[in-house]
Amino acid sequence: MNVPTLFGLCAAALVGFGLYGVITNPQPLRKILAFNLIGNGVFLLFGAIARRGAAAGFGGDPVPQGLLITGIVVAFSATALAVALLLRLFQATGSATLADDQPAKAEADDLHA
Amino acid sequence: MTVASALALVLALLLVSIAMWTVVTRRTFAAVEGFVAYGLLLSIAWVALSAIDVALTEAAIGGGLTGVLLIGAAARLRTAETALSAERAGAPLRWLAAAVSAAVAGAIAFGVLLLPDPAPTLAPAVSEHLPSIGLGNAVTAVLLAYRGIDTLLESIVVVFALIGVWSLAPDHLWGGYPGPRQYADPNSILAYLARVLPPIGIIVGLYIFWVGADLPGGKFQGATILAAMWLLVMMAGLTDAPPINRTWLRILLVAGPLLFIAIGFAGAVTAGAVLAYPEGYAKLLIKVIEAALMPTLTLTLALLVAGAPERTAPP
Repeated sequence: MNVPTLFGLCAAALVGFGLYGVITNPQPLRKILAFNLIGNGVFLLFGAIARRGAAAGFGGDPVPQGLLITGIVVAFSATALAVALLLRLFQATGSATLADDQPAKAEADDLHA
Repeated sequence: MTVASALALVLALLLVSIAMWTVVTRRTFAAVEGFVAYGLLLSIAWVALSAIDVALTEAAIGGGLTGVLLIGAAARLRTAETALSAERAGAPLRWLAAAVSAAVAGAIAFGVLLLPDPAPTLAPAVSEHLPSIGLGNAVTAVLLAYRGIDTLLESIVVVFALIGVWSLAPDHLWGGYPGPRQYADPNSILAYLARVLPPIGIIVGLYIFWVGADLPGGKFQGATILAAMWLLVMMAGLTDAPPINRTWLRILLVAGPLLFIAIGFAGAVTAGAVLAYPEGYAKLLIKVIEAALMPTLTLTLALLVAGAPERTAPP
């Protein structure tokens, strides 16, 4: 198996674990982390495709590589916005969960009291 | 199996294991720490894929700034952690999620194995037109010439994200200082590093920005390093983030994208197309745009980490 295929399969696994984390983890910070895993998986797959396009003396196709840099910066700003929303939720409600069962929230409130 | 592909295999296995661990571990703080290590490993993966420019960006943003952001958030959310760590999705949901995730991952893996051979590539087209731009780094040429519209929109998106973060301020704190005031023991290692590292970091950041025309590097990587240095000084309590109602700050935040837009539209007159550069001036104009974007990106990236205003504005 060559290196681009290897990282392509690695990217598929990252997307899989990220998706599982986004669905099953009720804590928003963990969802943000897992969502970043999905994003990294997509980037890595794109990077593997860029590597396969090596030609004309370049180690990889520079067009996807340029777009990847743009993508990483945009993913960071989206993550920062998500974290800011989460911290604001925490300030406003004293809770940092999306679970709809009230006991968890009550426990978090008790902890603050 | 060669040494290089054996190393790549180890790297891929490490990446997948750490990714799995950040998803399944019960302690949020540990998951975030794992994610930082994972970001640094990912930048080595970019080197293995011959994408040095992407590796620099990943190390600076993916491993660095995202790590600072998430560790800061995890630390502030710690008070709610004990209650939260008990929370878990029910077994049926977990099995269903596992099945869906495995199906998606399997479909992508199947696609990877079926990729066309020979692979489609734009590398020859980039190589053919590179001399007319005068840059040696093809990725910078893609970012600022062939796909200039992406970079223009991106430089606007990061400012929009910052406006989004700021707009989370409660009304009475609008215009105030971002985030909590940081304090550190003046004799601590953090305060020491915050005095010693920035001079070196600033030079490295400016160098990476400057060589971006011909070698791996560029404004994003350089600006991220400058932003990291500023954040380090802020975290050590040696300086404070500026209150967001400062006029100079707001001017600098929009100056880069505005100049990019102005040069882009000037291209319609001088070179016959929006975001085109007149013959012979491409490299000069690209460096002007990058130099104008540097302060904007540095401020934006650092202030995105600093967060929404939490302290009242000075009179």
